[in-house]
Amino acid sequence: MINSPYIRKPASVQSVMLQVLLALVPGIVAYVWFFGAGILVQLAIASAAALAGEAAMLAIRGKPKALFLTDLSAIVTAWLIALTFPPIAPWWLTVTGTLLAVVIVKQLYGGLGQNPFNPAMAAFCLMIVAYPALMSQWPAAGQLDFKTQLDLIFGGARQVDAITGATPLDALRTALRSAASPESELHGLRASQLMDGPAFGALGGTGGEWVALGYLLGGLWLIQRRIITWHIPAAFCGALFVTAGLLWGLRPEGFASPLFHLASGGAMLGAFFILTDPVSGATTARGKLLFAAGAAVLTYVIRVFGAYPDGIAFATLLMNILVPIIDMKTQAPVFGHKKD
Amino acid sequence: MLRKLFKFHGGVKPQTNKERSTTAPIAPVPLPDRLVIPLHQSVGGHPRPLVQPGDRVFKGQRIGAADGNLSSAVHASTSGIVRDVLPAVMPHTSGLTTLSVVIEPDGEDRWGELERINVRAATPDELRDYLRDAGVVGLGGAVFPSHLKLKPGKEGRLDTLVINGAECEPFITCDDMLMRERAADMLKGISAMRHMLQAREVLIGIEDNKPEALAAVQAAITASGEQGIEALSIPTRYPAGGAKQLIRVLTGIEVPHGRRSTDFGVQCFNVGTAYSIHDALEHGRPLLSRVVTVAGNVDTPRNYDVLIGTPMDHVVRLAGAHPDTDRYIMGGPMMGVRMPAFDVPVVKATNCILVGSPALFPPPPPEMPCIRCGECAKACPADLAPFEMYWFSRAKNFGKTQEYHLFDCIECGCCSFVCPSHIPLVDYFRFSKSEIWAREREKEAADTARERFEFKNLRQEREKQEKAEKLAAKAAATREKVAGEAAPPGATPTAAKPTGGDAKRALIEAAMEKARQQKAQIAPKNTDASTPGVQAEMAAIDARRAALEQPTEPPPPAGQA
Repeated sequence: MINSPYIRKPASVQSVMLQVLLALVPGIVAYVWFFGAGILVQLAIASAAALAGEAAMLAIRGKPKALFLTDLSAIVTAWLIALTFPPIAPWWLTVTGTLLAVVIVKQLYGGLGQNPFNPAMAAFCLMIVAYPALMSQWPAAGQLDFKTQLDLIFGGARQVDAITGATPLDALRTALRSAASPESELHGLRASQLMDGPAFGALGGTGGEWVALGYLLGGLWLIQRRIITWHIPAAFCGALFVTAGLLWGLRPEGFASPLFHLASGGAMLGAFFILTDPVSGATTARGKLLFAAGAAVLTYVIRVFGAYPDGIAFATLLMNILVPIIDMKTQAPVFGHKKD
Repeated sequence: MLRKLFKFHGGVKPQTNKERSTTAPIAPVPLPDRLVIPLHQSVGGHPRPLVQPGDRVFKGQRIGAADGNLSSAVHASTSGIVRDVLPAVMPHTSGLTTLSVVIEPDGEDRWGELERINVRAATPDELRDYLRDAGVVGLGGAVFPSHLKLKPGKEGRLDTLVINGAECEPFITCDDMLMRERAADMLKGISAMRHMLQAREVLIGIEDNKPEALAAVQAAITASGEQGIEALSIPTRYPAGGAKQLIRVLTGIEVPHGRRSTDFGVQCFNVGTAYSIHDALEHGRPLLSRVVTVAGNVDTPRNYDVLIGTPMDHVVRLAGAHPDTDRYIMGGPMMGVRMPAFDVPVVKATNCILVGSPALFPPPPPEMPCIRCGECAKACPADLAPFEMYWFSRAKNFGKTQEYHLFDCIECGCCSFVCPSHIPLVDYFRFSKSEIWAREREKEAADTARERFEFKNLRQEREKQEKAEKLAAKAAATREKVAGEAAPPGATPTAAKPTGGDAKRALIEAAMEKARQQKAQIAPKNTDASTPGVQAEMAAIDARRAALEQPTEPPPPAGQA
C-alpha cells in the first residue's frame, strides 16, 4: 500500500553522487594539467577496486547489487582516495586503501549511509601509518612525464627518493624546523624567504594552488546546486584562516600565512568534498559549524606541529567520532519553540 | 499598503496542476440514485441518528444530532425516503464502516421548515449552538466543529482572524473557485465570525498563484466598505495553507504543538467554512453541500457543488475518468488518502477527488538507505529533523522519537517528497505515532483492569465481613433474647447492654477500617513514572496523611516525616 505523498521530487542518491563527481572535475583537470595524466590512472584503479570490493561485499551480504553498484557512492570514495593519495603511489597501495575503505569502513559497518567514519579518510590514515614513506612522496609540478608515472605506479624502477620531494606543506615545516636550529644553513631565514623556491607558487604550492582553485569552483557549484550547504566549507576555511592568522600575526617569521594554509594540501578538497560527506559528518546547522571548525583547528595543529604531510584525514576522523554528540546537542528548536 | 509577511521554514514547490480545473465555473451535480450520509463527519462525538428506515425527510432536515458539544449535526442533503440506517464503508483508507443514513431522493429536492436565527439579537452562545446544529465544520480538511473555534480567547477578544484561502495542495482548486464566484457571501460569513470573535483585524491569505481569486476577494472587500480586513497575496509554497504555517506567514506568530492559537490572539478558518457560516446564519441553510475539485486522471478537471453523501464515482463520471484509473484519492497528492472503493460518499472533508492512475502517480523507486543528507530537515515546515526520527522509528525507539518532537509532525509529506533515497518518511512517523497511542491505550486498559480487580477484591472482602458481622449481631441478639427469657427481669438491662454495645462497636470499627482500606487502595496511583525522589516524597506525604486519619495513634514526630 502506497500512502501519501503520491508525488516525489525527481531526486536520487545516484544523482547526488553524480553531481559530487562532476564537481570534482575542475580540480582533476588542473591536476592533470600541472602534474600529468598519472592521476587519471589512479582514478581508474581506485574506481575499479571500489566497485569490485563493493560487489563482493554486496554478494556476501545478500543485498541487491544493481541498485547499490549504480548509486555511485563507491566511486565518490574511490575518487577521493585517488585524489588524496600521492599520484605516483604504486597500484597496490591505491587498491589496498580503496578496499579497506569500501570493505571494512563502509560495508562491514552496514554499507551506504551506515559508516561512522569517512571511508576515504580512514583509508588515508591507515595507509599513511602503514606505509609512511610511500604516502609521503609527491612529485613537483611538471617533474615527471606520463611514462615515468606509469612506471612508478605499476612497479617499475622506484628511485622515488631521487626524483620526488615532499609536499610544500611538508617542505616548509622541515625548512622552518631547520631554520630554528643554529647549526643549519637556513638559520634565521623567515617563512616568506623559505617559500621562495620553485616548489612554492603565489599562495600555496606551484600547481597545487590551481588544483585547490578547481576544487573551490566545484565546491561552490555544489553549494549552488544545494547538494551541500555553506556551513561546513565556510566554518572550515574561516577557522583555518583565523587559527593560522593568529600564529602568523604573532610571529610571521615562524609561521606560514593563512592564505598559504588555505591554498595548500587538501584544504579545499577537505572543506568542500570530504568534511561535507553527510553520512559521517554533522547534520545540524550549528553542528556543521562546530564540526568543521574543530576539523580546521585539528588540521592546523597536525600540519604545523605534527609529523604527517597533511592533517585533514586525521582531523576528519577525530571529528567523525564527535558527530553523534554534536548532532544531539545542536538540535535546533522546532516550530513554536523558538526564542525570538 | 504593503504588509510585512513572514516566512516559515522549509516547504516544497511541487507542480501545482491547478490550471485545468479553473477554466470552467463550479458546476451542479444531478441527483444520484441514493445518498449515503455518514453520521460521523467531524472531529468529536458520533451524532445519534434521528431517523428510521421508512421516514420521509426534507432537504435540510437534521438526521443526526450532535453528541455533546464536541460534535456536529448532520442533515439530509435532499428530500426523499430513508431506506436504511446501517454501517457503511466510509471514505477512509482503512475501509472501515461507520453508521450512515441511506436516503433515496424523491427528485423534488424540497426544503422543509428551516430554523432561523436572528444574528443581531442572538447571544454568542446561541449562535454557537445554532452553528453546531447546522453542522458547520472546518472545510479545509480537518472538519473541526466550527462553533468551538468561534470563542475568543481568555481576554474576550481576538487580535487577528486569519482566513485560509492559501490552498497549497497541488490539483485542488475548490477554494480558488469559491473565492472567485462567492467572494461577497464568503465575506459576510467572515464578518459574522469577526463579530463573534471580536477580532481587531482580518487577514485573508491567498497564494500568489490565484490572482483571480485575490482580485475577487479584494473587490468584495472594497464593495463591502468594511475596515480592518485585508486580502494578502502570499508566496506559493507548500504547505503555506497549513493553519500554523499560514498564521506564521501572516502574523509572524508560531503556535506550538498542543497550544490553542487563541492563546496567541489568532484564530484561523478556511474560506469555504466562512461561506457555509454565512449560508447558515443568513439563510438558515445547514451544511448540505460543498465545492469539490475533481482532477487528475480525467478528461475535464472541474469543480462541482456536491451534496454530502453523493457517491464519488457519480461525480467523477461527469469529469470523465480515463480507463486506466486505479484509485480515488480524497484530498491532494501530498496529504490525500486513498479511498477503499469508488462509490464511497462525498463528505464534509472532501475538498478534492483526485483520480489516480499508475501513470500519473507511479510507485516510488526502490527505497535506499538514508544518507543523512538533511534534505528532509531543510524541507520540514515544523523545523524537525525527520532523518533522526526515522532512525529511531526504525529502531522502535519511540521515546527518542518523542524527544525529537514526533508529535509536532503535521504529516505534510514534504520530507518524503524530497528524500533522494525515496524513504516513505511520513509512513514511519504515522507508524510511530500509532504505536505510541496503542501503547498508551494498553497501559490505560491495564490500569483500569488493575483498579477493577482491586476494587472487586475489596468488595468481596467487605461483603464477607458484613456477612460475618450480621451473623454475629444476629447470634448476639438471639443470645440476648434467650438470656432475657431465661434470666429474671431485673437482671436483663445489665447483662444485655454490654453485649449489644460490643457488637455495635465492632460494626463501627469494621466500617471505619473498610473506609480506611478503600481510601488507601482506590486512589489511583499514577506515580509509576515519577522519579525516585518524587516517589519518596509522595510516600512521606502518604504516611503523614495515614497518621492523621488514625486519631487513635499518636501522630509521629515531624522529623520522621
